[in-house]
Amino acid sequence: MTIGHALLQLLVFPGLLYAVPAAWLMLWIERKLRARLQGRIGPPFYQPFFDFVKLLSKRPLPRPRLQALAMSALPVLAVASTLGALALLPVFPGSGGFSGDLVLLVALLELPPLCAVLAGFVSRSIFGELGATREAVLSISYNLPFLAALVALAAAAGSLSLSAISEQALWQVRLPALLALALCLPIKLRVNPFSVANAEQEIYAGATTEFEGPRLALWELSHGLEWVALTGLWAILAFPVAGAAWPLRAVVFVVISLALVLGITAVAAATARLKVAQAARVYWQWGFALGVLALVVSMVWP
Amino acid sequence: MSVLDSLVRTARRRSPWLFHLNAGSCNGCDIELVACLTPRYDVEQLGIRLEGSPRHADIVVVSGPVTRTTRAAVETVYAQVPDPKVVVALGSCPASCNVFAGSPTVEGPLDRILPVDVYVPGCPPRPDAIIAGIAEAIALLADGGKA
Repeated sequence: MTIGHALLQLLVFPGLLYAVPAAWLMLWIERKLRARLQGRIGPPFYQPFFDFVKLLSKRPLPRPRLQALAMSALPVLAVASTLGALALLPVFPGSGGFSGDLVLLVALLELPPLCAVLAGFVSRSIFGELGATREAVLSISYNLPFLAALVALAAAAGSLSLSAISEQALWQVRLPALLALALCLPIKLRVNPFSVANAEQEIYAGATTEFEGPRLALWELSHGLEWVALTGLWAILAFPVAGAAWPLRAVVFVVISLALVLGITAVAAATARLKVAQAARVYWQWGFALGVLALVVSMVWP
Repeated sequence: MSVLDSLVRTARRRSPWLFHLNAGSCNGCDIELVACLTPRYDVEQLGIRLEGSPRHADIVVVSGPVTRTTRAAVETVYAQVPDPKVVVALGSCPASCNVFAGSPTVEGPLDRILPVDVYVPGCPPRPDAIIAGIAEAIALLADGGKA
């Protein structure tokens, strides 16, 4: 991978130039579809963009210096790491990446939840701390099936490189692994039924309760980018057109991502919030079963 | 006016987030405010969101005559909302203390404590009237708030 190639991935597709509008589009689709399913009209498509601009235009409140610094740095780190994760997705053939980029991707995807936990504690609000604690507990529960599925895929492809996995992993391993990953998406995106971490109207806004103006704008952006990155990762791993030319690959990538957003939103609109223990049980039972199934298949049926 | 200014004005007009503050209200106005979010009125199509945290809000909607026990909370919450912000007095209680006027436990009306920008009279006001009041507040907000 040359420097030019890396910059193109980071700044154009599937990085900055694609990801930010896609993040706003996905946030809008989520709100709009939920409203339609509830018999409402819902917000117009430019809503997340204007929310972002308005939040940027608010004047930040005075805070102690260290707290202000930490509260600004954490959402910036969350946005930057999600953009980095997006840039690693091998949408174009031959963009290659490097051996081991799967490990880096997992680390970058795990940073935003970690930042949210730290943000909840650094804001020193009881609701922020509650949200942060719940987020930490849940991240332990959903990472078990998430990592098991990725390890199974890597074992099946015999490589830690994303493009190799996307092209070579066998479908008998891929199927249970993709199911396990799909199960992890709603909780990583903090939507119903796994929304205890930011439980709206129950603990206000969870970890971001104390964040205002530009800092909150960055959290909203990072949340949107997480939608793009996680659905994009799933789309890459489920790629049905491994050998196709790049325009077709890009279109299929976007279509699978948007279809996933619709599916996740439909489930979210149809379900109620689970408690922390119930949500953890779902992942330690069903998620664990799927993850182990994928692992076993990758070992006995290579 | 530069392009940036007009963009900010539009964004403020299209994305007003509310914080609802109950200052000793009987819950009548609160129910009518929540009714604005239901499918019949659906204020989300105007970009309005009811936020749980005052830090996220642009418009503070206060109901109730401001009792002695809620006064400190009203002042704290108002200080927690980042500028620009607008205050809407929901119902007759924050405007005049309504039937609670003269009570020793009431410190209202609200304009003794906060700078009120918009009054929505009624006991309780209809959701249509609340939406009209919020629309007035949005116009103030686009100009950067009165205060």
